[in-house]
Amino acid sequence: MNYLDHLEAEAIEILRETAGQFERPALLFSGGKDSITLVHLAKKAFFPAAIPFPLVHVDTGHNFPEAINYRDQLAATLNLELIVGSVAETIEKRGLQDAQGKFPSRNALQTHTLLELVESHRFDACIGGARRDEEKARAKERIFSVRSEFGQWEPKLQRPELWNIYNGAIHPGENVRVFPISNWTELDVWNYIKREHIALPEVYFAHEREVIEIEGGRWMPVSPWVKREASDKVSKQKVRFRTVGDMTCTAAVASEADDLDKIIEEIIHAKISERGATRIDDTLSEAAMEDRKKNGYF
Amino acid sequence: MELLKFFTAGSVDDGKSTLIGRLLYDSKAVSGDILAAIEASSKKRSTELDLSLLTDGLRAEREQGITIDVAYKYFNTDQRKFIIADTPGHEQYTRNMVTAASNSSLAVILIDARKGITDQSRRHSLISHLLGVKQVVLAINKMDLVDFSQNVFDQIVTDYEALTTNLDGFSFTPIPVSAALGDNVVNASENMNWYEGLPLLHFLESVSVEETTQHQAARLQIQYVIRPKQAEYHDYRAYAGRLNGGALSVGDEVVALPSGLRARVKSIAIGDRSIEQASSGQSITLEIDQAIDLSRGDYLFAVHEGFELNKELRANLCWMDSRSLRVGSTWYLQQGSRKLKAKVAEILSLTDINRYEKIAAPQEVKLNEIAEVKFRLADYLAYDAYAKNKNTGSAILVDESSNQTSGALMFL
Repeated sequence: MNYLDHLEAEAIEILRETAGQFERPALLFSGGKDSITLVHLAKKAFFPAAIPFPLVHVDTGHNFPEAINYRDQLAATLNLELIVGSVAETIEKRGLQDAQGKFPSRNALQTHTLLELVESHRFDACIGGARRDEEKARAKERIFSVRSEFGQWEPKLQRPELWNIYNGAIHPGENVRVFPISNWTELDVWNYIKREHIALPEVYFAHEREVIEIEGGRWMPVSPWVKREASDKVSKQKVRFRTVGDMTCTAAVASEADDLDKIIEEIIHAKISERGATRIDDTLSEAAMEDRKKNGYF
Repeated sequence: MELLKFFTAGSVDDGKSTLIGRLLYDSKAVSGDILAAIEASSKKRSTELDLSLLTDGLRAEREQGITIDVAYKYFNTDQRKFIIADTPGHEQYTRNMVTAASNSSLAVILIDARKGITDQSRRHSLISHLLGVKQVVLAINKMDLVDFSQNVFDQIVTDYEALTTNLDGFSFTPIPVSAALGDNVVNASENMNWYEGLPLLHFLESVSVEETTQHQAARLQIQYVIRPKQAEYHDYRAYAGRLNGGALSVGDEVVALPSGLRARVKSIAIGDRSIEQASSGQSITLEIDQAIDLSRGDYLFAVHEGFELNKELRANLCWMDSRSLRVGSTWYLQQGSRKLKAKVAEILSLTDINRYEKIAAPQEVKLNEIAEVKFRLADYLAYDAYAKNKNTGSAILVDESSNQTSGALMFL
């Protein structure tokens, strides 16, 4: 069996197990390629029936407009329920302090909105597109990851996960985070997208864009949420995005790759890891992701 | 391209994480920014480039310099794609090794050349054997600290042969390495010309990874029943699951278990694509020609091969809970998508991990112990012996109150 077929079969098995074990699962959708791939896999898992769970989007208010358009079209085409939680509303309602700085990241704040959604909709399983190859704390994550009532991840108390047996038994108030593409790498995702002809938001492909240069020679996209200063070095560059997070914390990479073949070629030769190249929130400390996860983040 | 899943096991400080770090580093699978991060971190601890930092992900692990949980790493060469599970050495985390072994087709067991075989290496070998991992690499590490001595290597190989001689069908490939210096990991060692075999990576690239199960009969467990609520699919009812064991074709006769009713395969599909024949490992959607009662957790078995259907069974057990297992206690037994109550009828024996001998009639099974146990079940269960089929032959025990995964079962 070809390795992409193996990864696909495993992901479909996990999605079906989630639908079989839980009362109210949800698929967390960000508009990025990993969650788009998840939706495609879910379509395959339940065809010809509709996907038996809603899409849930935690909207930071700092999204690429292309990702939001894509999200709305996808939900309409597949006739899926789309549940959107607004981080801005959470901030206002709970009197939280909004993200600060030149590139204000609501990454940590979105955990509050996610936990609110889990509670108000009584979701017992949240399916996410996180992959173990992304980051070292994620490399230790289970496929079914039990979270406490407070959404917290306890790495030392994880359940052993044997063979293809997924233990989703939980107490009331707890929930499970499910990661069907845990064993995929960035390159696997791109090869699969190409093989399956999956459409993506335009920002993944090389395009001209106004960017601000930051330290390390990286480029941040100009957006209404970035605090512009007179000393900013702004220029127009041919770029694409390797990941699609918030516009305030996702860096662009210089690229001529305007189709899938060129993107795959580019990734094979990339010297820098996916998150390292594109996420300014993970470069803050060695344990940034571990801390966010313990706090209820994905 | 083929996929090889393997795991590494060793005692504390045998250098597992360093070995994996070396594999990734020398096969150029480490990105520049990640390398820069571990360089900075090594500098902070005033050590040379510490390759083990590539796998030690949690803060406590970095602080204590140990591995607590299984870390998964991914890399590929032109020949193969690899998934590595790096497992902890501490005895208290043995359950994580069992977890890694259950999903691997090859084990790399590390031995410190200065120490030789330890209790941990005995345990790791027994667990690999019990979990049906047929390919074992004995990586004798830190050869640089014993002057690359062939005598030391040969003695350990002889000891290991003696140790594993009673493990039925157990075979291994010994490789002398130095993970710290890179000898025989990716590149052949210049310090050990007496070694004629392959370096570790080339062995991993070329070893046969065919499914080790001998069973050729199709088994499909129903994970989910698909019933679209659309007019065009009014009477449509299909069964979704992952096929394993052997191939299944349209027209084949199958038996539904535990009911024992028979039917024929009407259609098979992967997503919206219809296929005539499905092969082992594929996640499929299947229709049958009879309206029989079939729900989540039930099986469809090819009829031409024997299987077990019992309310009582014997199994090898790896115990992973701090709460002991006692005669008369009840648990949930989960076999794939099937979950039913099971009661411990008898603890037949414990296995002494040092001498691999059986100790008769114990009172209880404690954390990290291995036993043979007899269970009574609340209902009939269809299964195969683990040696015949890893999927239908395995289950976990789930604690009824804590929901913890407490034990791993391999049916006999």
